[in-house]
Amino acid sequence: MSAAPQKTKAGAEKIDVTVSAVVPLNELVTRFEFRRTDGRPFPPFSAGAHTVVEMNDDGRTRLNPYSLMSDPADTSTYAISVRRDDQGRGGSLYLHTHVGVGDRLTLSYPVNLFPLDLRGRKHVFLAGGIGITPFMAMIAHLDRMGGAWELHYACRSKALGTYAEDLMQAHPTRAHVYYDDQNQRIALEDLLDGQPLGTHVYVCGPKGMIDWVHTTAAAHGWPDENVHSEEFLAPQPGTPFEVYLSRSDITIQVGESESLLEAIERCGVDAPFLCRGGACGQCETDVVEAEGTFEHRDHWLDDDEHASGKKIMPCVSRFDGKKLVLDR
Amino acid sequence: MTIQFNEETFRDDYSFRNSDWAIRRFPFPFHEDSYMYSVNMEQHQGGPEESVYEKRFDVDEHYVAEMQDRALVLAEDPLRCQSLPHMTLAGWDTLELIMVSKSEDSPDLFELHRDGDRWRWINKPMGIDHTFTFLDETTLPCGPLEYITRQAQGDFAVLDQRGDMLYMDAGMVTTQADWSLDFDIGMDFFEWHAPVPLANEMGIFKRALKFLLNVRQGSPARRLNWTMTVNPLLDTSPENYHKWGVQKSSLTPANIGAKQHLRVELQTFYRLPRSNGLLFPIRCYLIAFQDLVTIPKWGRRLHRVVRDLPEELADYKGFIANRPLMLDYLGQYDDGLPTSPGVWPDLETEPPLQT
Repeated sequence: MSAAPQKTKAGAEKIDVTVSAVVPLNELVTRFEFRRTDGRPFPPFSAGAHTVVEMNDDGRTRLNPYSLMSDPADTSTYAISVRRDDQGRGGSLYLHTHVGVGDRLTLSYPVNLFPLDLRGRKHVFLAGGIGITPFMAMIAHLDRMGGAWELHYACRSKALGTYAEDLMQAHPTRAHVYYDDQNQRIALEDLLDGQPLGTHVYVCGPKGMIDWVHTTAAAHGWPDENVHSEEFLAPQPGTPFEVYLSRSDITIQVGESESLLEAIERCGVDAPFLCRGGACGQCETDVVEAEGTFEHRDHWLDDDEHASGKKIMPCVSRFDGKKLVLDR
Repeated sequence: MTIQFNEETFRDDYSFRNSDWAIRRFPFPFHEDSYMYSVNMEQHQGGPEESVYEKRFDVDEHYVAEMQDRALVLAEDPLRCQSLPHMTLAGWDTLELIMVSKSEDSPDLFELHRDGDRWRWINKPMGIDHTFTFLDETTLPCGPLEYITRQAQGDFAVLDQRGDMLYMDAGMVTTQADWSLDFDIGMDFFEWHAPVPLANEMGIFKRALKFLLNVRQGSPARRLNWTMTVNPLLDTSPENYHKWGVQKSSLTPANIGAKQHLRVELQTFYRLPRSNGLLFPIRCYLIAFQDLVTIPKWGRRLHRVVRDLPEELADYKGFIANRPLMLDYLGQYDDGLPTSPGVWPDLETEPPLQT
């Protein structure tokens, strides 16, 4: 129709925030709390949602997604908990080493790719390490709404058990913590066996844990729709490569520690995105021509699409070869 | 401007009328001289002043009368408003979105005063001043979705999003173009669209679903849809087809200008923040042919669109039997001159009808 046509920038609707607290939780994890710079309340969000944090790292824009872990009903504050990744491309390191109280950042509106199934009569949460963060918001939400839940949380050690002590203290019968260094393991099969009809299971953690939960639940006859997972993929560094963007008619270089999407943005080409983690499908891009090998790392395209060489998700996937032309 | 609310009916004596203001701001849906389906979505971030796109929820001269008509429909058939048990939070989301938007966009008509969870809502046109506790259903006379949509023009479908699919799990539907909430409740996106011809083969629904799943908080979207209605009926439901279906055969060359209406839906899409559901308001605008042809560009264009529309679409939209009569009438307002691109009336630049 284009009644009143408007070009809205991809990834528009951002929120300017000021860091209101920086709370180191242990050797690796720090919580960052934000207030809106304009003093207004934040929009409410649904438990499980993430925000994309925009950082200006010495002229270079970094965009990293983090689960919102504050109470969704508290519109005065948004909080994220960030695990320092010394091997990563630097977003978490930047937050840990450069961002302090009073600093300004930009957040995207919340996006939820890991929502609660509101039909659930009971919710069982399985967390591994920093995967605890979305469950912090879910627990706050269910406590307010009177929902039934239990948490099983595996972490490396007491010292690295982010929020583990707090959770056990606040919810002694519902929160269960397992320490790897004490050889404690989640008894998943027993756990899945004893659940009432209408229970939903949610897992957030390393890929191995997610696969383990899906496989075990399926083997125990759980319907797929009742098992939910979220794995944030961080773009991995890789060999630099060159891409020709046919619609924009420019050739760009993708550096070792930036994603293809970041390189496209750096060169001033407007590209859609949402999760920046290979899950939402928003940045799907058509391949016009390719001589080489794709390194597909997304969850969005199916195996056939990966094999076809006709599509790529530039937020996490890369390319190794002589020539790549994208419709962008 | 201050709105004068009409005293009018959408049934029996059909006293519904559009003022000149309402005619000029009518959301004419055809941006060119022909029509075919498309995923014609755009951002819903305002629009030209006084247009129906300007505010998040447009309030016009028909507001009070439309709410009276909705109350009559609900009194006869309470199943026009339903909400599956897991959709109560989405109902509160809807109430919050509408109250906040209306009080910010039309402060002369609506006020919202919030003190924590204690909310006071003032709706001046309907004479409501109510204090309640947010998220506490016992403080409202009915569920949150029903409460607020008895005070908001248009139908509301509330969709739950689960596993890359949308489900019609709640709604308030009294001004619909021949579909039934009671029939569709609980259906997924492809199931409730199954009756629409051609579009599925064109891959429209797959693309539309992908778009809708990605509608973001803070970035609502909109599109237009249209059909034809004989007499200014809001409630053209399957439940009442026996009452309104027969009226389609009451058209004559003498009465068609007054009786035949173009019916346009302004559909908007909002991500609901607390429930992660999707709110789909469907706002119905009606205009009599005789009023529409007072805009020369629209008269020319509507004739060409109706004339060239594929059979399947004219049949699906329910006017294939009346198409010859419509073309005889509309043909009088098409002098063959070219029309300017876009939907606006362009009264200053488009030539008057040449006779």
